[in-house]
Parts: sequence; C-alpha cells; structure tokens
Amino acid sequence: MQRRVFLKSGALALVTMGLSPTFLRRMVYAQGMPTPQKGKVLICLFQRGAADALNIVVPHGDASYYALRPSIAIARPGSADGAIDLDGFFGLHPAMAPLKPLWDRGLVAPVHAVGSPSSTRSHFDAQDYMESGTPDVKGTPDGWLNRFLATKGTCAECAVPASPFRAVAFAQQTPRIMEGPAPTIAMSSLDDFTIRATGSDVQRLEALYRTGSADLIHGAGAETFDAVKMLKAANPQRYAVEHEAQYPKSPFGQSLRQIAQLVKAEVGLEIAFADVGGWDTHVNQGGATGQLANRLGDFAQSIAALVTDLGDRMDDVVIMTMSEFGRMAKQNGNGGTDHGHAGALFVIGGHVRGHQVHGRWPGLAPEQLNEGRDLALTTDFRTVFSEVVRRHLGMARTDALFPGFTSVATAGVM
Amino acid sequence: MRLISRPLATALALAATAVACSAAHSGPARVAAEQGAREQTADEQVKQALNRLAFGARPGDVERVRAMGVDKWIALQLSPQKIDDRPTEQFVSRFPTLAMSPAKLLEDYPQPQQQLRDSVKLKEARRLSQQLLTEMQTAKVARAVMSDRQLEEVMVDFWENHFTVFAGKGPERYYLSQYERESIRPHALGKFRDLLGAVAKSPAMLYYLDNWESTVEADRPALVTRANRGAGNARRRFTMARAAAARDTTKKPRTRGLNENYGRELLELHTLGVDGGYSQADVLSAARAFTGWTVEKPRENGTFVFRPALHDAGEKIFLGHTLAANRGIEDGEQVLDIVATQPATARFIASKLVRRFVSDSVPPALVDRVAATFTRTDGDIRACLRTIFTSPEFFSRAAYKAKVKSPYELVVSALRAVGAHPDSTPRTAQMIAKLGEPLYGHLAPNGYPERGDAWINTGAILARINFGLLVATGRVPGASLAEWTDGHELASLSRDAQVDGVIKAILGGEASPDTRRVLESGINPMAGDSTANATKHGGLETIVGLALGAPEFQRR
Repeated sequence: MQRRVFLKSGALALVTMGLSPTFLRRMVYAQGMPTPQKGKVLICLFQRGAADALNIVVPHGDASYYALRPSIAIARPGSADGAIDLDGFFGLHPAMAPLKPLWDRGLVAPVHAVGSPSSTRSHFDAQDYMESGTPDVKGTPDGWLNRFLATKGTCAECAVPASPFRAVAFAQQTPRIMEGPAPTIAMSSLDDFTIRATGSDVQRLEALYRTGSADLIHGAGAETFDAVKMLKAANPQRYAVEHEAQYPKSPFGQSLRQIAQLVKAEVGLEIAFADVGGWDTHVNQGGATGQLANRLGDFAQSIAALVTDLGDRMDDVVIMTMSEFGRMAKQNGNGGTDHGHAGALFVIGGHVRGHQVHGRWPGLAPEQLNEGRDLALTTDFRTVFSEVVRRHLGMARTDALFPGFTSVATAGVM
Repeated sequence: MRLISRPLATALALAATAVACSAAHSGPARVAAEQGAREQTADEQVKQALNRLAFGARPGDVERVRAMGVDKWIALQLSPQKIDDRPTEQFVSRFPTLAMSPAKLLEDYPQPQQQLRDSVKLKEARRLSQQLLTEMQTAKVARAVMSDRQLEEVMVDFWENHFTVFAGKGPERYYLSQYERESIRPHALGKFRDLLGAVAKSPAMLYYLDNWESTVEADRPALVTRANRGAGNARRRFTMARAAAARDTTKKPRTRGLNENYGRELLELHTLGVDGGYSQADVLSAARAFTGWTVEKPRENGTFVFRPALHDAGEKIFLGHTLAANRGIEDGEQVLDIVATQPATARFIASKLVRRFVSDSVPPALVDRVAATFTRTDGDIRACLRTIFTSPEFFSRAAYKAKVKSPYELVVSALRAVGAHPDSTPRTAQMIAKLGEPLYGHLAPNGYPERGDAWINTGAILARINFGLLVATGRVPGASLAEWTDGHELASLSRDAQVDGVIKAILGGEASPDTRRVLESGINPMAGDSTANATKHGGLETIVGLALGAPEFQRR
C-alpha cells in the first residue's frame, strides 16, 4: 500500500502542476525493462470454487477414472452423453462442446494435472496463492498480474499517455490477482462507468478528488475521473458483436462480451480479468447433465463467443483459465466431490500450441494419487503462467512475477 | 421524521443506571487514567464513537452523545436491553416473514422448484421466495438506519458476516430470518460459545456448509440406536441409516458419506483461523464429530435434529483430545468446547473485532489485551468490546477516520446523516448490492472483506459518487432534503451558511480546505476557473450531493 500511495501522490502532484502522470509512471516503471510489444492482450478467467478438472478434461482412457466415480463419471466417447474425444485418452465434458471447433482449429491448449504445489485445501488460501503467485507464502502484498503491470512498464515508444484501461477487471472489487501499485480498474459493466451528474457538477466532484491528497481514496478517485473521460471518448459500446457470436445472457458471458468491446475499441487494454463462481460442487454435481454441466455450458459458450467475436484479433489475444485447485478423484457420499489437489486449465489463442493436451498425466491408480485421494500435480501453475507472460506478452524475465520460483521445465503451451 | 429524531428521553433515563454500573466497575481513577491517554479531542471522541459503535450520526446525535458523555453512551450501547427500541420493532413488524419459523415459511411461501408444472404458480412462487430475501435485507437496512441500539446492529452485522451464509443456496432463504432472530441476535454481545453453538445447530449453517448431508462413512460404525440396537450387522445399520437419510429430503435419496465442508470452515473461518495450528486430520475428526447434526426435512420442516443413525461412533482425536467411541451429540459439543477455548480462537476473534472497530492496521498490543479478555471471561463478547472501547488505541489519532466505509456502512450512514426515514421498499438494499455488498449474498464462507483497500477501486468510487447524487436528488425512498431538519433550516440561508451547515451535518464539521472551497464556490482547481463558475451552482441539493460523494464521507 505504501508504494501505491507514494506513486499515486507523486502522479497527482504532477497532475495538479499540469503535467501528465505518464511521465512519472514511465520513469518509475520503465527502467531497464524490455521494449513491450504493442497490442497484446491477456484475458485471465478465474473459476472460483475449485472446478472439477477430471470431469472437464475427462481422462476416459484411464480405467481408474470410472472406478473412482461410479455415478458421476462422464461416459467414454461414442456412448450417449459421452465425452467429446480429443486425442483418444482425454475428452471434453459434453457441455464443453462449444470449444470443440476451436480445438479443431488448433486454438485450444488444455493443461492437465496442473496447479499449486501448496497442499492447502482451503479455497481462500489456494485462490490467494494463485493470485499472489506465491504458493504457501501469505502476506504477499500484490497480485502477480499487478506485478506484471508494474515491472513491464508502459509503452515507452507510445506518444499517448498510459491508458487507465491497461488492466480491467469485470468485478465489483479489484481481484487479488490485480491488487498492487500499478493502476487497474474494476467495473461491473461499461454502461455503469459514468458519473450521473451534469457537466459542471462532474467537474466539481472531480475537483474534490484532485486535491493532491495522497491517500487511497483520493488516488482511486483521480484515476476514476481519468478513466471516465477516456472511456467516454473511446465509446466501446458502439462495437457490435461480430461473426454471429452468441454470448450467454449470464453475468460471465456479458463480462466477456464487454472485454471484446474494450479490445476492439483499442483503449490500451493489456490485461483483462473476469471470474465465475459455482464450482464448489460438494453435493449432486451431476454427470453429463446437472449442476456442473450447467456451469460448464455457460463457461464454454462464453469463451467460444469471445473467440468467435474477436475473429482475427485472436492473433494478439490469449485467454487463460484457472481455478484454485482440483477436486477429489473419488466422488463423495453426496454425489459430489470434495476439495482435491491438481486441476486443469486452458490456454486459448491464435499462437498457442493447440490441438494437444499438455502436462504429464500422473494416472489415477490408488498409488498414483496425491495423498491417496487426489489427482497428483505434475505442472506448477507458475510454469504455465510465466510461459504465457514471456511468450505472449514479451517479458524476458518473470522472476519478479513469481519470486522464488525457477521453472526448470516448460509447459510448451506457446 | 418523528420516528427517528425523537428525543432520547427514555434512553437517557435508563442511561443513568448504566452509568452507575460502569462507574462501579472501573472506578474514577482508572477512568481518568484512560482519558489521559486519549489522543482524540473530546469532540473527536464523540464522532469516533458514533462512527464505530453506530452507523454514523443522525441529526442531533453528536449533541446528545456529548451531553450524555461519550463513556456513558458507550456503556449504554453495551447494554442494548436498556435502550427502548420499540419504534424499530414496530417498523420491522410490517415484514411478516421476519417472525416466522422455517416450517411456517416453507408452508406459506412455496418454493419455486415445487411449482414447476404450473407457470402461473411458478411465477407467484418466485415472487414470494424473493420476498423472503428482500424483507430480510430491507429490515436489516431499516434497523441500521433507525435503531437506537446501534452497537447491537453493528454486532449483528459483524457476526452475520463472520458466520456468513449465502441466501442463494437451496432453501437457505427460508432459514434466514430464524438464523438472525434466534442464532445471531440473542448472542451478538453474549458468550462466544453460546453463539458458536447456536450457529452450529442452525439450519442456515448446517445447510450452507453441507453438514446436514454429512454422515458416517459406509465402512465405519454408526452410532447404535435403540431402533437397531443388537439388530445385527453393519450392513443392516447401513441400510437403516440410509433410509433415515432418505427421509430427510423430498428429493430422491442421496448417497451417504462424510462431507468436510463445515468441519473445515469451523476451524479456518469461525474459530482458530487458517494459521490456528490444526491439521487435515483435525478437520476430518471435526467433520466426523458433527455427523448426524442435520436438518429435519429441509424443504418442509427445517429444524435441527441429531440423528444417531448417521453419526460416526468411532473414536476421534481432535486437537490432541480423545473423543471416546460410542458417543452421540456430545462429540460435536465437545469439539465446540475445545475450539471456543483455544488461544488461537481468542486471538482470531480479537483481531477481527479490533480490525472492525479500530483500524485495518491492527495494533498488536490491543489484540493481546482483547484476546486476554476473551480468555479470562470465557469468551464474553461484551467484555471484549469494552476492552476495545476503553483503550487508548480506540481513541488514538491513528484510529480516527482510519476506516473506509463498506457499501452497507456508506449507504446507512448517508441516510442517517440526512435524517432519512427507513426505506420500506427493497430499493435501498438494491443500491447496497450495486455498490458491491449484496446483503446475505456473499457466496463464499469467508464473508465480506473488512479491509478498506478491498472496497476502494476506480469503479467503486464511481458507484459511491453516483449513490450520493441519488440521495441528494431525492431518488432514495425515505431520504428527502425537504424533510431533513437541517436541510429545512439551511434552505433559506446564504450559500456560505449552507456549506457550513452541510459540512457540519454530513462531514462531521470536518472538511479539508480544498473540499470546503469546492463546496462553497464551485471552483474547479483543475480547470483553473477561480471565479467563472463561482456562485453559478446554487441549490442545497448540489452541496449535499457533493458532500456525500466527497472523499471525506467515504471514511468513518
């Protein structure tokens, strides 16, 4: 917080002197940083509540899978309501069908048995670790996406000031993953991002926050007014959905629709974030249909619509999903699954190594399970995250993003 | 207006008793020593108390608390039963569902999923089921706005957030009014163990954290009951237990087995805290201890019941204590006894209370003292609060205006500042939801954040400013500047006097010179228009809207 306040107050002092805060930001952030590539966007989607990876990317070729899940397993491909085969061993949950055409085009790179090395089964700790980027280290003050924003710096070659829309979360509150010194924006929708007052009163409200005070509230307020002006000028809402993409009416679908509008409006978006809950399926999660299937339908349709809508722009976009951990390999007594360990994620984009399921499969036989109950971990989530940041966002070194982590392996997703 | 700006005659009379009690406790010398250590001025202490023990000041509150004396007012707030709150009870009595049992609600307010075949009935059922939730939300806001038992409302909110449940899960909303009425409110200032026990047996928590469905594992012995004692093998017991479990629900029989959800959150979020020194084995033991703690017919009756046939009768080791085999409900009770008296629990609860009432940067020495009070008094919440409210830290410079208001606190404090009537419509609760804090709508069991930085971001500032404008322009039911006593008096005065009045009434008399300048003249320092816009922006409405949207009003 200290650093955030310092930067904000410094920037604000310059603002009141009539200077652009960009100057300061560039000075603080850009020293010794590689030249950023223009126009690359990373969209992070968090499945909060620990999504059941084994029923999402289904290991239908592993016989143990069916023994562990007598009533909730997804049937083998070819049978009614069976998995959608990907490579003869893995298949997608049938509700994930909207992603299959993208898989066929080579845009989808799932990673299995991936996650956090922490053994915690607490949602809150595990989300915290995945968002701070520091498993088993509590109290890391900032999120790893914010550390990316802070260390990568702003576009040194650009004449325009740093965009307040560099990092946007469609959420009521700034997510942990984006907390930190670099400015970010959280909003519930584009339409709500305006001051509902007449022009002169808007100016006076702005003046209340432009006093040079250095605290959190003044700082966030000053950023607010910058952002409102810029969004009004860019007017992303004028961009219609393209290529007949069909976004679900769900909050998640609508968030992704608006992320696409921000991409199209070229407001300087580099990082977008949205989250979606409902994955904590302890009870009656269902199989090919039911609770989890409904969540997955919304999830897959929303992502497929985003990819369709963005069309060729996907060359510069990567979508990365994540969830704090997987669920127990064995179903529980309530037709659901309790908290487990490793999970699965998707990296989707124009330049990913698609059409293959990444990550070493540890197997589901009793002796292969983590603590005798969960899918074992073979890929650290930081291996994938850092690879995406290096290859897609063009950052040479990611040490600062994931302190204490040296990836010996590569995930090979990009 | 009469309801909320009425004189506190009764309360004042009762206060005399409270004062006598508190003086007997502490003694004049100790009071003097504590006051000597207070960094805040007398005036600031009054506002600190109103901003922390209450949801901000209503018109006249500062004068009333000053006249009574801040310590006497605090003592009175710590004994809410001595405060006459009949007007609030009268107001919320318009919401019939608040006093009803889950069984009655389940009968009178049919659940939508039971009406799927008839679209007309389904629509009506959806409306009624929504009404359950909106009445709870509306009553919660109304109580916070108008009740004179302010500290009790603050603590009800605190514990509802600590022991959070999510209204959107299954029949949860049918249990909510009972949860607040019987589990939370009676113990909000009482003994922690009583509160913990009431929550553990509440259908609301049993359902939310899935314990109602948690049963002995098939390969473990269930507690032998009279019905099946000596009746044969484990297979037979299994079948009977399964049948009992099946009767619990109107849906198809569920498979049985252990569910760890409540066992884990009890330790992580309700008592010890995540670093409280427990292991996965302790979580399992806790979950096993609570098997059989379930809900009788969740969608028809909804009352707590202990079912021996579902209880894991094996021996359990929990935090080093052995829970002997073949016991019943005592297992869970003993787990609650153990966790309620752990030093980690005392520290966890103490630090949450200190963060709520003092500062996001929790003073460690104060947490030590509050935890010591917790342990010494057997978890007496009132005593813990007294330790906080008499501490130098509470009245320190650093703690003054140190807290950022949550959306709920922001909305309630704004309505109190302008002397609003409580809103009897769902509108105000909807505004709070839009600001990011839907009441009874936090999905995860960790509750809403207590730290200010979690609430403040670019989008949030925007929503807060827009909310202030809605209040000022009369678009929040119950809030009308024309009916606001101060507003009425200010309307005919000069602009300078209006600004003074608004700063006093809404910002507690404390506005930065910059803020005052903007309110007075409409000068926009950014545009450098030192005179152009001056005096052009008339109207009390504008001044109030600016004040409610100002940075100063976001803090308490």
